[in-house]
Amino acid sequence: MERVPVLKIGDILLVSIQVDMQDQTALALQEDLADRIVATGCHGVIIDITALDIVDSFVGRMLSSIAAISRVLDAETVVVGMRPAVAITLVELGLSLDGIRTALNVERGMELLAQSRADEPDLGLDLGLDLADLDSFGPTATP
Amino acid sequence: MTTDVGLGEPQVVTIAADEDVVRVRQLVRTVAVAAKLSLVDQTKLVTAASELARNTLVYGGGGGAEVTVVDGGRRRGIRIVFSDDGPGIADLDLALTDGYTTGGGLGLGLSGARRLVDEFDIDTAAGQGTRITVTKWAR
Repeated sequence: MERVPVLKIGDILLVSIQVDMQDQTALALQEDLADRIVATGCHGVIIDITALDIVDSFVGRMLSSIAAISRVLDAETVVVGMRPAVAITLVELGLSLDGIRTALNVERGMELLAQSRADEPDLGLDLGLDLADLDSFGPTATP
Repeated sequence: MTTDVGLGEPQVVTIAADEDVVRVRQLVRTVAVAAKLSLVDQTKLVTAASELARNTLVYGGGGGAEVTVVDGGRRRGIRIVFSDDGPGIADLDLALTDGYTTGGGLGLGLSGARRLVDEFDIDTAAGQGTRITVTKWAR
């Protein structure tokens, strides 16, 4: 059985699926990714499916599971590179890919992850308080 | 039925293991390209074949797929017959309902595959195995 490699780039795990996966390969990928998220502490996962010429219900379910598992492990998943014909077929098949974020390519997927990391509610709150303090007490604050 | 003339011998794949589902997908893709199906239709047919081949393996306990190029007069199509000697399907209406599954899947394999092809015929009964015939026509 082939295994799909998981690459670490900064705070992101990148998976580019380049083979026609057997079901067992898809299940192994799910486990490998969960292990790597915990081992690396990465907060983002990008799954590149540019090379996949179909996504059937099994692979669709795997993508949904990976997204759900990542979320529990404090990481966010973005699926990138879906071909137009695959998107059309998925919708007709009846697969909604619930809870999965998508982007058109790896670059946009990385932007999406960086943005949602920056928008984290707790970080935003800290920032807000700091700004308020500056406004109240800062000597350079102007109306 | 139209008066189909089989163009060439059917190509047969035995479905007995995980990797045979991949082989069915690859064969169907090759034949769909040769029969000049559009890219979207190729994708739909290969996806349907993947679902049905997996069903043959998981629910039917293995079986086979037969892929044939058929001539419908003005257009060509691809016909695939999936057959197994498994337990068969007792309640076909239920099995064809979106979301119904006995195997822990999403319950979209059979119902979804039917939506992706032009013709879908199923011959099954409890204890009699299952034979599913699907056809996709070039537009």
